[in-house]
Amino acid sequence: MFAYLVRRLFLMLVTLFGISVVIFFLLRIVPGNIVDILFAAAGYVDPADKANLEKELGIDQPLVLQYWHWISGFVRGDFGYSYVSEKPALQEILPRISITARLAGLALLFSASAGIPLGVISAVKQGSRLDYALRVVSLSGLSLPSFWLGLLILTASVAMFNQMPIFNPNPQTWLEAFTTYAVPAAAVGFRSAALTMRITRSSMLEVLRQDYIRTARAKGASDAAVNYKHALKNAILPVITVIGIEAAFLIGGLVVTETVFNIPGVARFLVEAIRWRDYPIVQNLVMLIAVVVVSANFIVDMLYAVFDPRIRYTD
Amino acid sequence: MRSVWALAAMAALSVLTASTATLATEPKPGGILRMYHRDSPGNASIHEGATYSLNVPFMPVFNNLVIYKQDEAQNRMDNIIPELAESWAWAGDNKTLTFRLRQGVTWHDGKPFTAADVKCTFDMLMGKSQQKFRQNPRKSWYDQVNDVSTNGDFEVSFNLKRPQPSLLALLASGYTPVYPCHVSPGDMRTHPVGTGPFKFVEFKANESIKLTRNTDYWRKGRPYLDGIEFTIIPNRSTAILAFVAGKFDMTFPTEVSIPLLKDVKSQAPNAVCVVEPNNVATNIIVNSSAPPFDNLDIRRAMALSLDRKAFISIMFEGQGDVGGTMLPPPNGLWGMPKEMLETIPGYGPDINANREEAKKLMQKAGYGPDKHMAVKVSTRNIPVYRDPAVILIDQLKSIYIDGELDVVETANWFPKIARKDYMLGLNLTGNAVDDPDQSFYENYSCGSERNYTNYCNREIEKLFDVQSQETDIAKRKAMVWDIDKKLQEDVARPIIFHARTGSCWQPYVKGVTVMSNSSYNGYRYEDLWMDK
Repeated sequence: MFAYLVRRLFLMLVTLFGISVVIFFLLRIVPGNIVDILFAAAGYVDPADKANLEKELGIDQPLVLQYWHWISGFVRGDFGYSYVSEKPALQEILPRISITARLAGLALLFSASAGIPLGVISAVKQGSRLDYALRVVSLSGLSLPSFWLGLLILTASVAMFNQMPIFNPNPQTWLEAFTTYAVPAAAVGFRSAALTMRITRSSMLEVLRQDYIRTARAKGASDAAVNYKHALKNAILPVITVIGIEAAFLIGGLVVTETVFNIPGVARFLVEAIRWRDYPIVQNLVMLIAVVVVSANFIVDMLYAVFDPRIRYTD
Repeated sequence: MRSVWALAAMAALSVLTASTATLATEPKPGGILRMYHRDSPGNASIHEGATYSLNVPFMPVFNNLVIYKQDEAQNRMDNIIPELAESWAWAGDNKTLTFRLRQGVTWHDGKPFTAADVKCTFDMLMGKSQQKFRQNPRKSWYDQVNDVSTNGDFEVSFNLKRPQPSLLALLASGYTPVYPCHVSPGDMRTHPVGTGPFKFVEFKANESIKLTRNTDYWRKGRPYLDGIEFTIIPNRSTAILAFVAGKFDMTFPTEVSIPLLKDVKSQAPNAVCVVEPNNVATNIIVNSSAPPFDNLDIRRAMALSLDRKAFISIMFEGQGDVGGTMLPPPNGLWGMPKEMLETIPGYGPDINANREEAKKLMQKAGYGPDKHMAVKVSTRNIPVYRDPAVILIDQLKSIYIDGELDVVETANWFPKIARKDYMLGLNLTGNAVDDPDQSFYENYSCGSERNYTNYCNREIEKLFDVQSQETDIAKRKAMVWDIDKKLQEDVARPIIFHARTGSCWQPYVKGVTVMSNSSYNGYRYEDLWMDK
């Protein structure tokens, strides 16, 4: 197990190095840089001013040197300065991460707490009206784009209650705090909940047909014990895998949700930074996300061992 | 006796009612104005930007030497009033403009304002000082200024190379605040310090901008508001919904499109909305240095194919203006009258006749029903650019030109234009000041950095200088019309239309004036108040 851990950690570092190279050079392949955009916004082009600004920002240096400056800074925790706001990149990124983390956490919680029980119910009641109704709901969750759902929620709340669950950085009441995150989290988590439900249902159906389930029933175990203790425990592995992947995919859904609900999170910020070619923000942020995703995958791998005793990580 | 008492009671009641009515219209101090902002400005330094995304939130932080009256919609020479200057005077030869400055004014950090600050600001704008702006998009505005000199702490003179009456108009723009000498350009980008009615509190990119009341403002009793908070909401649908739900007191100025205005009025019928021209002209940039548009006949054919009213009715439900370079009357001060405009090829009311003429020109150049010309119409990937480009492509089809839309990301737009890697481009040109000097020199002058097409006509350039020096408004206007007509006939940068857009606010917001011939100059907000 220890040797496996060491090997996985080494692989993690190699993967992160590869990701850093890809992030850095992909950004440079995209045409245009911050200087082009600043001059586009100012509506004029002055080659001398442009050259001065490129020098000031260090983007006139050879690419290898720029990469070295960035990656060595990242390892030391020195993220440099945002080209746009001219503030330290870390100072710009950190407060936004907590906002998005709360939103993503709530969305995942919504996804798991709605998707898993409904998936189990749907599987247990296979072929019933309830099963059909839940499958329709899950299918609609997969079909509705989160931006559309978000706009629908906003429009409905304005039309029906003349209220707008728009982001409030300093909520005064519990209800305000709840609406600040819960409504957008539900909007973005709906798709994920639908996917979780479908995976749980199909995995449960497979497990429920196994011999040991029949044996458990024959021994007189209650329905709840059979479904949740014996069946779900074995059916949960693919669900955990999907939730792990969804956590990584969530960032895509959060971009639009943060835009629609005007939440100043890191996802929307990243898109804006890409639009401005704000390299210090984009590189460091994507690298941070990569670290989180690679670590999450590592943790999911470890969780397999916890949940499934048949899996043994040995040399 | 009873009737006497009744009369007295009625008189007392009417006096009371009148006094209550007076009180109701008296401006009330206090309150934070909440407004959404359409996008996150790159920085907070007005001098380093060229978008009113900067002027709207940061103009209240500053003062100019002079400013257009903030409660009049039309910017004119005769409604320019002193601000940091107390008075001004032109010297006899009209080559020296001297300002007597207000005393006792302090910067938001407590330091005194003096003539040295004015000199510093304009030296930097003219590129003459040690400290430099990172970007200086309006340097050419001061091409005719030799130098700025001070006489003591409270007098400053602009010494010109030749008379330029419009300098005063340029100085009155929202783009011309006075900066403090003691704050570096870098600091002004992140934490601006001004003398204006509101102090800068914070700017969180993509999130919010906050201003608070300047309690030491030199104009006693102003501003009325305790502060202004801008929430940055790039998504237009979300922003409008939030305004309808009462989360905001005002929309971002001139940001409500005509179709959205209908939504606002239906969902928030009490909202006050106005529609005004914003002096932003949608135009075509033509690469006349390469085939096929190096051929004047083809350029003229293209100009003749335009159905400007169709653009306006499709995009603005009829609320737009047809004009030349200068914004047409009655809102514009210098635009050609309709009768003169209609004599220019392509502006005549008979679109079919224009297009028949265009077809003949195309046939002369070797094109026809069996041989179409293929062109790419490049434009930025933003709806206000993209939508008219699509209509343009459709209209060009009528004269044997098959257009293909080439959408370009903002980052690549100017480099592409600069290296002449385009045939036709759909472009928007905003005019900060409704004055020919700003428009002509910036967009059509040989060598100007904003003359994207590199159009250069020395004869017309001479006429620019002649009109610029003319002090008689009527004479100058005639010259301007003549130049504008020549520019359109030359197909230098055909103007398609001048847009109109809406602004809305809640009924309790008072003292709002939306400028009708510029969208860059009306955001000091010191007279705004809320009847809440």
